[in-house]
Amino acid sequence: MTLSANDVKAIADLAYIEVNEGEVQATLSQLTDIFDLIETMQAVDTSSVEPMSHAQDVAQRLREDEVTESDQRESNQSVAPQVEAGLYLVPKVIE
Amino acid sequence: MFNASLKQLSIQLADKKVSSVELTKEYLQRIKTLNAEYNAFITVNEELSLAQAQLADQMIASGQAGTLTGIPIAQKDIFCAKDWLTTCGSKMLSNFVSPYDAGVIERFNQAGAVNIGKTNMDEFAMGSSNETSFYGPVRNPWDVAAVPGGSSGGSASAVAARLAPAATGTDTGGSIRQPAALCGISGIKPTYGLVSRYGMIAFASSLDQGGPMAKSAEDLALMLNVMTGFDARDSTSLQRDEEDYARDLEKPLLGLRIGLPKEYFAKGMSPDVERAVEQALNEYRQLGAETVEVSLPNSSLSIPVYYVLAPAEASSNLSRFDGVRYGYRAKSYGDLNDMYRKSRTQGFGAEVKRRILIGTYVLSHGYYDAYYIKAQKVRRLIAQDFADAFKQCDIMMGPTSPTVAFDIGEKSSDPIQMYLSDIYTSAASLAGLPGMSIPVGFGDKNRPVGLHIIGNYFTEAKMLNAAHQYQQATDWHQQAPGNIGI
Repeated sequence: MTLSANDVKAIADLAYIEVNEGEVQATLSQLTDIFDLIETMQAVDTSSVEPMSHAQDVAQRLREDEVTESDQRESNQSVAPQVEAGLYLVPKVIE
Repeated sequence: MFNASLKQLSIQLADKKVSSVELTKEYLQRIKTLNAEYNAFITVNEELSLAQAQLADQMIASGQAGTLTGIPIAQKDIFCAKDWLTTCGSKMLSNFVSPYDAGVIERFNQAGAVNIGKTNMDEFAMGSSNETSFYGPVRNPWDVAAVPGGSSGGSASAVAARLAPAATGTDTGGSIRQPAALCGISGIKPTYGLVSRYGMIAFASSLDQGGPMAKSAEDLALMLNVMTGFDARDSTSLQRDEEDYARDLEKPLLGLRIGLPKEYFAKGMSPDVERAVEQALNEYRQLGAETVEVSLPNSSLSIPVYYVLAPAEASSNLSRFDGVRYGYRAKSYGDLNDMYRKSRTQGFGAEVKRRILIGTYVLSHGYYDAYYIKAQKVRRLIAQDFADAFKQCDIMMGPTSPTVAFDIGEKSSDPIQMYLSDIYTSAASLAGLPGMSIPVGFGDKNRPVGLHIIGNYFTEAKMLNAAHQYQQATDWHQQAPGNIGI
């Protein structure tokens, strides 16, 4: 696999992270080194292996759809960058 | 007093030889004097700590004390603690005063322990040297030119410098064990699922696991007794019967079969580390254990697999940092997308951004199967290697880190070299197995060497037994750096 400068810009765009023109080449070379390391796993035959996400292979626990939390809006919003009347403020999205 | 074990401190508190308020003030004073040198703590809050100490003294007076009641414990700054600044080592959370307690913090509070401060760490736990912290590098008390390891480097440095009797850490690919090794202390990452991840700021959710860091295996056992337990708010928490992790400490080791994975004793380990590890294994043989060679054929793939899975999960977890509900928001921006972009670009450091980019790529359309699913399949092969090897042994041992602590700045410009610091620890993380590190001597430049102990699932008591018996026969764990003023 070969990454290009355009790939770096596209990934950054998806991740909502700015990589300015001056940083693209350095980022590309670091990511290329890391992917060279990652590629070594492709040589292993995993055709009959199931993916593993939890060592105990436990099933997702479900619970009743009940309200378990009390209203904590005030304390939760005390750490918000900008709130007004209990609402989070962001730049205008809809004209 | 600063070299006392948790059990000794507990007895002194019970016998009213010292109060929790007095003990807490002693440690706060030490932190005040020495933290400028080690940078082990990001936040100290005398008022909150002393209020907890007063409550602890009341618990002791009314006969409600447990083992950790009144004892100061340093908390890694990844655990949300109500009314405490909780930064995760990042500018992104540099203004985040947590409105709630993590499950682990709740457990320490219920036990009457005192939060003595929040320890420094690599940003969002991504690093092996503590150099990625927004709050500056932590220094190794054995040699301030050296890194303490990471990501739980502040906790390791704090315990080594006797700024706290014990601390919490978290381990995703080695973040408890490697800094414990580099700072000459003991640390254990329990079986995945035993310690609640609720309120523990997420890095890679299928790997992240909290655990204790302390001066001895006995202290670790007492800490684990408080830290572990089912938490319904953590979807991967395991429901198991309560156990006393100190129950087997005094068992003799006669007949213990120690597996030595041959891949961990091949090239890559530096000679000074090898010398100390071999000496430790000889000590184990004298204690009655036998050693057998085992093999983990896929172990060389653990770093590649880890650097797919951990960044993938991190890129997803860290998408919540968008400057809307909490955390850093850029000062000036245009539209909503520009606000997201600028807040994230300015709020995250270089290593975090690098991992988000890797993760975004491996999860993107057309690459998910080739990377994420492929890595999860190899992960199962790595776990199967351990299952096969444990048929021939009770426990495994090897080096925790290929070298002793390196110098600050030595690897910070080379991500790959930094990633390889976890070459011996990441496989156990991927398998979800418990792993620990104990000090077994000194290598080059008189810097500490750690012995890595890997156990089968839920065999923490057996691992702590093996570590404790070694610590009864040797005194490496009691040695403290010479320049910490005690």
